[in-house]
Amino acid sequence: MLVQIAKRLIMMVPLLLGITLISFVVIHLAPGEPTDLQTQLNPEVSAELRQRLRAQYDLDQPLLVQYGKWLGRLARLDFGESFVQDRRPVAEKIAERLPVTLMINVLSIGLILLIAVPLGVLSAVRRNSLFDRFTTVFVFLGFATPSFWLALLLMDFFGVRLGLFPVAGLKSLGHEYLSTGHQIADVLHHLILPVFVSAFGGLAGFSRYMRGNMLEVIRQDYILTARAKGLSERVVVYRHALRNALLPVITILGLSIPGLIGGSVIFETIFAIPGMGKMFYDGVMMRDYPLIMGVLVIGAVLTLSGNLLADLAYAMADPRIRRR
Amino acid sequence: MKHLLCIVLLCSSLLWGCERQPPAPIEEDAGGQSAAYGDTLLMGSIGEPSNLLPVLASDSASFDINALVYNGLVRYDKNLQVEGDLARSWDISPDSLRITFHLRQDVRWHDGHPLTAEDVLFTYRLLVDPAVPTAYAERYRQVVKAEAPDAYTFRVSYARPLASALVSWMFPVHPKHLLEGRDVTKSPLARAPVGTGPYRFVEWKSGEKVVLEANPDYFEGRPNIRRVVYRIIPDPSTMFLELRSGGLDLMDLTPLQYARQTDTVAFRRRFEKFHYPDFAYTYLGFNLRRPLFQDVRVRRALAHAVNKQELVDGVLLGLGVAATGPYKPGSWPHNPQVRRYAYDPVKARQMLEEAGWHDRDGDGVREKDGQRFSFTIVTNQGNDQRIKAGEIIQRRFREVGVEVKLRVIEWASFLKEFINPGNFDATILGWTITPDPDSYNIWHSSKTGVGELNFIGFESAEVDTLLEAGRRTLDQDRRKEIYGRFQEILAEEQPYIFLYVPETLPVVARRFHGIEPAPSGIMHNFIHWYVPREQQKYQR
Repeated sequence: MLVQIAKRLIMMVPLLLGITLISFVVIHLAPGEPTDLQTQLNPEVSAELRQRLRAQYDLDQPLLVQYGKWLGRLARLDFGESFVQDRRPVAEKIAERLPVTLMINVLSIGLILLIAVPLGVLSAVRRNSLFDRFTTVFVFLGFATPSFWLALLLMDFFGVRLGLFPVAGLKSLGHEYLSTGHQIADVLHHLILPVFVSAFGGLAGFSRYMRGNMLEVIRQDYILTARAKGLSERVVVYRHALRNALLPVITILGLSIPGLIGGSVIFETIFAIPGMGKMFYDGVMMRDYPLIMGVLVIGAVLTLSGNLLADLAYAMADPRIRRR
Repeated sequence: MKHLLCIVLLCSSLLWGCERQPPAPIEEDAGGQSAAYGDTLLMGSIGEPSNLLPVLASDSASFDINALVYNGLVRYDKNLQVEGDLARSWDISPDSLRITFHLRQDVRWHDGHPLTAEDVLFTYRLLVDPAVPTAYAERYRQVVKAEAPDAYTFRVSYARPLASALVSWMFPVHPKHLLEGRDVTKSPLARAPVGTGPYRFVEWKSGEKVVLEANPDYFEGRPNIRRVVYRIIPDPSTMFLELRSGGLDLMDLTPLQYARQTDTVAFRRRFEKFHYPDFAYTYLGFNLRRPLFQDVRVRRALAHAVNKQELVDGVLLGLGVAATGPYKPGSWPHNPQVRRYAYDPVKARQMLEEAGWHDRDGDGVREKDGQRFSFTIVTNQGNDQRIKAGEIIQRRFREVGVEVKLRVIEWASFLKEFINPGNFDATILGWTITPDPDSYNIWHSSKTGVGELNFIGFESAEVDTLLEAGRRTLDQDRRKEIYGRFQEILAEEQPYIFLYVPETLPVVARRFHGIEPAPSGIMHNFIHWYVPREQQKYQR
C-alpha cells in the first residue's frame, strides 16, 4: 500500500510539470500583457517606456527562459510576485483569499450532502411516488435557475425588502468592535445567502446521482438476501444499501476538491466576497502571469492529490479494490 | 476597464497666475443646520485598488482613494481653474520656461514630518527614475532642471514652453523620508499610504474595503466627515441593492437606474441624485487606411446617417448630449460653431450616390467597382453602451444601403489584435476629456505607428501645425483660436463621428449636507460635507 502511494506521488511530478508547461504557454499565447493595462491607450507612455516596463517583468525574454526562471523559483516554493501594480507575493495573495473560499465551499458541500443524500435515498426508495416526482421537479428547477439571478432575487427580497440578511460582503461595518462570539455570528449571518445559493445549484446533480446509485444497489442480490432474512426495511435501506450507494460519492468528493479552491467567480462577484474565484478571474483579465500560474499549480496539486485521496478512501471502503 | 485609460489622461489645463483663495468654510446650509463632525461615508467601488503609491498606480479605484490621501502642488478648483494646493503661489518666467512654486509652510505628513520642497524634488526624481515602473514619466522628462533653492521653494525649467507644464504638478507629492533609498516597488506605502491630504489611511482589507479617517491636522482644517469607507463591490446590480439597503451612501448610477429604478418617493426621500456631463465622449472612428473610408464624402454621408439624438435617448436614456467634437460642451476650448451633420438619410443616400456607391443588384447594399459597401465595427466587451450604440448605428447604416457587422471583443485581445495593428474597419470607443485641450497624441500624424493613439491613421498637415502650436502656447485666448480651428477641421473631415457625451449620475444619501455641484463635479468640497448631529448614523 505504502509503495503504491509513493509510486503515485512520484508519478505526479512529471504530470505536474506537464500541466505547468502547457498552462504557461497557453497563458502567454493569449493576446495582451500585464503591462498593457498601464501603457495601452495611454498618451503619456512612449514606446521606450513600454519597453522598459516589459524588461522589468522579464517579458522581453524568450518564453522558455521565462518558464525556466519561473520553474526555478517554484522549486524553492516561491510563487513569485504579482505583476499587477501592487507586486505582492502571490503566495500571500492566495493565502489571504483561500480560507474564505474554502469555508464557503465546505459549508455548501456540507449543505448539499445533508440535503441531497436523504433526498436521493428517499426518492429512490419511493420511486415514482408523488414525493419522487416533486423532488425531481424541484431539483431540476434548482439546476436550471441561473445562480446570479437567484442571488439577486434573494438579495432584493431578504436584503432590501425584508432587511433580514445583509446584501453583500462578509462582515458588517464595525465588525472589529464586536466580541468574538458576535463576530462569528456576524460572518455566519453574511454567509447564509451565498451558501444557500451556491448549494442550491449543486443539489440537483448530487441528489440525482444519489438516487441513481441507490436504485442500482437496491436491485442487487444481497439486498434481496437481506430482505429475505426478514430485516426491517430501515435496516435494509440505511445499513446495507446506503453504505454501498455512498461509495461512488467518495470519488465525486475527491474530484470536487479543486473546485473548492477555484471557488465560483459568479457568486463571489455578486455577493462581493473576497474569494479565490474573483481574484483568479481578475488575474486572468489583467494577465497577471505569476498569480494565474500560482493558482493553477495549487489547483493542479489539489486535483492530483484529490484523486489520490479518493482512490485511497475507495480502497479503504471497498476491500475488493485493496486486494487488487 | 474604460476607467483605466481615464486616469492616466487625467490632469491637463493651463490657467496660471491665480493666487489661491481658501474656500469659505460652510457653517450652515440652506436648512439652517450647523456643520458637525462625525459619521461615516460609505462609497461603492467596482474595482479593488491596485496600489496606493500614486507613482505606480494606474486604476481609478486607487486614484479615487489617493485623491483624499495625497496633495499635489496645484489642483483644479470647482470651475476647473488651476489653484494652489500644496503651493501657496507660483511664478512663471516671462519666457514661459520656468515655474517657481512657493510652498505652504504649515503642511505635515500624516506621520507628523513637515513637508518641504525636498519632498517635491524627490517626487520629481521618482517620476523620471528609469528603475521605477511608472506610466507617468513622459511629461516630467521634458524638465531640464528641477531644484529646491530653499525648504519651501521648488523650481522647474523647461527647454521649450510646455502648455501642460503647470497642471503636470497636480501629481501627488510623495514623502521623501519614507521612500528615499528604498525600492519603491516593495514599499509598504503601496498598501498603507502616508500623505498630506484631508484623510489618513487606516486599513485596507483586500477585496473588501479601504478605510480612511479625517486628518485632524489638515492644513485646510479637519474634514467634517469622520470616516470614509470604500467598499469593494464588483457587481453593479449588487452595489445598487446595497445602496437601497443602506449599505452604501454614495455611488454612480447607470442611466437605467437613474431614469427608471430610482424615481420613487421612497428613494428620493433617502437619496439625492445629481447629474452633470462626464469627462468623456464616445465616437465611431473610421480606419482611414481602408479604401472604403478615404473619400470624405463617404464619411460625411455616414455622419448624416447617424441619429445622435436617438443614441442619446436610446443608449443613455436621455442622460447625455450629442457630441460635435473632442471637447466638453460649455468648456473653454469647445467650439460650437463647427459644421454639423443633421440626421438626414435622404441626404446621406444622395451623397453616397454622388460618391459613386450605387445599389445596382437590388440587394439593399451599395457597390462600387465590384466592391460591396460592407464593413465591420469592432468594440470592446464590457461596455454595454457602446454595444447598444453599435446596434442602433448598424440599423441606420443599413437604411442608407451600407451593411455593417458588429464584433465585440475582450479588451486585451481587442487592443492587441485589432486596434494596435490597425486591423479594423471602424471602431466604437471613447476618450476621456481632460480640462486641457492638448490632443497631440491622438491626432498628430506622427502618432500613427503601431500601438500609438492615432490608430485610425488621420493625417492633416494643418492639424499637425495647430497641435504643435497648441502645446507650446500658454496664452489661453490664443489656444482657444488654435483648438477652435482644429475642431473645424475635424468636423469637416469626419475621421470620427463624435457620438455623445454621457452624464455622470452620482447619488448621495440625504443625510450628507453641504454638497455643491459644480463644473468639476460634486467632490471638490468634500471636506466641507457634513451630517447634522441628529442625523448621524455611525458613532464610531
